[in-house]
Amino acid sequence: MTAKKNGKVQQGHYDVVILGGGNAALCAAITAARLGSSVIILEAAPKDWRGGNSRHTRNLRLAHDESNEVLTAPYTVEEFYSDLMRVTDGETDEDLARFTLEQSSELWDWLLEQGVRFQPSLGGTLQLSHTNAFFLGGGKALMNAMYRTAEAMGVEVRYDTEVVDLGFDDGHFTQATVRLADGSQEIIAGQSLVAAAGGFEANIEWLREYWGDAADNFIVRGTPYNRGGVLRLMLDNGMMAVGDPKQCHAVALDARAPKFDGGIVTRLDCVSLGIVVNADGDRFYDEGEDFWPKRYAIWGRLIAHQPDQIAHVIIDEKAQGLFMPSVFKPVTSDTIAGIATQLDLDPAKLEDTVATYNAAVVPGTFDTQRLDDCRTEQLDPPKTHWARRIDTPPFYGYSLRPGITFTYLGVRVNRNAQVLMADGRPTSNVFAAGEIMAGNVLGKGYLAGIGMTIGAVFGRIAGREAARRARN
Amino acid sequence: MLETETTKEAERLMTICNACRYCEGICAVFPAMEIRSNFATGDLSYLANLCHNCGACFHDCQYAPPHEFGVNVPKTFAKLRRESYEAYTWPAFLGPLFRSNGVAVCLLSGLGFVLILGITLLMNEPAALFQAHTDAGSFYAIMPHNVMATLFGSVFLFAIFAIIMGVRNFWRATGENETPLADPPSLTQALHDTFTLKYLDGGGGGCSTGTDQPSPWRKRFHHATFYGFLLCFAATTTGTIYHYVFDWVAPYGYFSLPNIFGTVGGIGLLVGPAGLWWIKRKMNEEMAELSNRGMDMGFLALLFLTSLTGLLLMILRETPAMGTLLIIHLGVVMGLFLAFPYGKFVHGIYRFAALIRYAMERRRDLKHAPAE
Ligand SMILES: Cc1cc2nc3c(=O)[nH]c(=O)nc-3n(C[C@H](O)[C@H](O)[C@H](O)COP(=O)(O)OP(=O)(O)OC[C@H]3O[C@@H](n4cnc5c(N)ncnc54)[C@H](O)[C@@H]3O)c2cc1C
Ligand code: SF4
Ligand code: SF4
Repeated sequence: MTAKKNGKVQQGHYDVVILGGGNAALCAAITAARLGSSVIILEAAPKDWRGGNSRHTRNLRLAHDESNEVLTAPYTVEEFYSDLMRVTDGETDEDLARFTLEQSSELWDWLLEQGVRFQPSLGGTLQLSHTNAFFLGGGKALMNAMYRTAEAMGVEVRYDTEVVDLGFDDGHFTQATVRLADGSQEIIAGQSLVAAAGGFEANIEWLREYWGDAADNFIVRGTPYNRGGVLRLMLDNGMMAVGDPKQCHAVALDARAPKFDGGIVTRLDCVSLGIVVNADGDRFYDEGEDFWPKRYAIWGRLIAHQPDQIAHVIIDEKAQGLFMPSVFKPVTSDTIAGIATQLDLDPAKLEDTVATYNAAVVPGTFDTQRLDDCRTEQLDPPKTHWARRIDTPPFYGYSLRPGITFTYLGVRVNRNAQVLMADGRPTSNVFAAGEIMAGNVLGKGYLAGIGMTIGAVFGRIAGREAARRARN
Repeated sequence: MLETETTKEAERLMTICNACRYCEGICAVFPAMEIRSNFATGDLSYLANLCHNCGACFHDCQYAPPHEFGVNVPKTFAKLRRESYEAYTWPAFLGPLFRSNGVAVCLLSGLGFVLILGITLLMNEPAALFQAHTDAGSFYAIMPHNVMATLFGSVFLFAIFAIIMGVRNFWRATGENETPLADPPSLTQALHDTFTLKYLDGGGGGCSTGTDQPSPWRKRFHHATFYGFLLCFAATTTGTIYHYVFDWVAPYGYFSLPNIFGTVGGIGLLVGPAGLWWIKRKMNEEMAELSNRGMDMGFLALLFLTSLTGLLLMILRETPAMGTLLIIHLGVVMGLFLAFPYGKFVHGIYRFAALIRYAMERRRDLKHAPAE
């Protein structure tokens, strides 16, 4: 069924056309194919890089009433809901949020059926052992399993196929234009559309609109392919936006991390054990405010607001062995000045900052397992827990940069994953799942594992609704 | 063992894996790696020998090539395993044999063959070789039993001795001070993990050495090889007992124990190595450590030939071909014995030692873990 149209090759007609090739996309594809639809996945990345940010994940959070071989205790929808409300400060669509969490309880069984396997929480993540199900082998193993299942069901997968234009007729999807690796274009028509092409976190120019030049110094933790092209097309075609464009999940990363796709290993977990200074050698935030897993997602933004978007964490020998090993070696020296020189800081200034901090530390009982009483007095900003003098050489230093995980701006959807037009009317055959609509549930903050949950819940619904719509 | 390019690469990979840990649930390598914060060459060779080359952590890795981190644990560990056999070999000057194993195996079996033929001819009229023998003791008309037993017995004992010495070097290099004999539960655990090939299954679904699709076949073929080998060994052992204890002289009847063990084992030892050969040929190109091929394929070929010649000998033992077949079979077996300490055979012994070490380490770890 190949025909020419406007000089572009028109390729077959599908019941369901899926944009993107990550977790949300595959959940939708498998669901639609199981309902008998002909399905095509259009993935911008080459095969080696398929799976978007989902490839980098390790777990998802799901409600469950009973513990099982992996999840150590029940996690009720109520408990899940209150955790979500706490991190978002209520910036969420409460109805959709509750609905998502209720639906999440089906994911364990469903993912197992698709060939996904789980393992107990990883070393160093005990705090997640009753809420989050970890993928055996991580997100790439999950994606491999889903691709195998989808392909076995006849889903057609096109790699190196970037969606560059979408045909809508007043919110009714007609066709997608794609660009192939050789630069040529094709048109793919379909009965219904599932947009699961991620956020725009890898699009530095777009990020600049909100962050200015600071965006140039952002490290993108995941795929370089999530450039938000599909999101832009949908918004430009009159679909309703949701979420604050400046909101995103951003963490502190080792400054030597690759610009893209560095994934999980470039994070640094020693902030709460030391002090963090900016390029001027000044401290700027309470390093011991709370347990690191609860705070690491604010440090990306904190550093983004510092001069040159860089910061440096300094620890001493006492901190060794108390945090997750990191992939890059720290700079080390027997003196603070030696550390300063290697980190391009003014040695006198850093010595002064450390001395002032050391003088403000009051004695306490150091305990990383609780919010201990080791703190500073009369220091601005204070360090409220785990404050110990930095006085035992050798000293160690790591430079930090903001690392963006994903953006929250998306399209508005309802319980059927159906995208709404700016005036609130539902589109007839356009559905969205994953990062591209996560802002409906996650207006602010982050709860470990909820990105994959939102993608899987809405991916399944979008697949189901798109298949239903294609049949009518 | 000394630092090499491979140990440096392995250290780099373990540093990345230790920061990632996504593969923690797949096999023993990752939990063993996590309790170490730096990796001496002995630690690395221990980790490499824990790896069963199942391929799971290669296909599952978000840092696998073409990622700039280029993480490829199975390939690096395969190379490191071979280097570790070489580094710990006894006597040390024979270490390089592992590098040119395809050739070495050919030479050794050729040597074995010439040796057997020479001895046989010295003992016999050449004509006796080509006659049909139908009576009991027909094999010994070609080569007297005592000569056979002494020859093979001494080479076999030497092979065992050399292997023990090598594995002892390995054990010490991994930094373990205790002897495994002092820890029977760990020994039992390791035996269980060895006999079930616990880690030859990608964490549950099977090995994925070709594509990312896990498959149970590698484990099946390995089981056929391993148990086939054990059965053939049992055939020889029962034969020896028959001879010395009961004074029954070979060849034995088709339904005698040595023959049943030998036949079933022999079939396993045909199917298993052939299957493993096939799987190795289809191994993912990026994951395959090609410099190990000689060693791997040489050993599979020897096992296959041992079994093939043994089975033929059993079937054709009453024909004039017996004499020739016996010499070929004995030659191949001699080659196999000679190659034991200097070829792929040692992988099983090193891996078993690594599994014991792992079990010991785990048990210690649990004892010291704080109560929750
Ligand atoms: C390092 C890291 C670790 C994370 N860990 C976790 C975790 O443990 N748990 C968790 O819940 N969340 C985690 N997240 C967040 C999680 O990755 C996302 O929430 C989730 O993967 C989103 O899934 P998705 O399917 O919407 O997007 P993705 O998986 O990113 O898929 C989007 C796909 O769209 C494709 N695409 C983009 N534009 C186009 C186009 N124009 N045409 C065609 N295709 C296009 C991309 O190539 C990509 O394959 C992590 C993120 C990162 C970066
Ligand atoms: S092999 Fe890759 S995914 Fe597995 S632990 Fe190592 S770095 Fe992580
Ligand atoms: S046994 Fe498998 S999962 Fe474990 S290190 Fe080896 S190849 Fe990787």
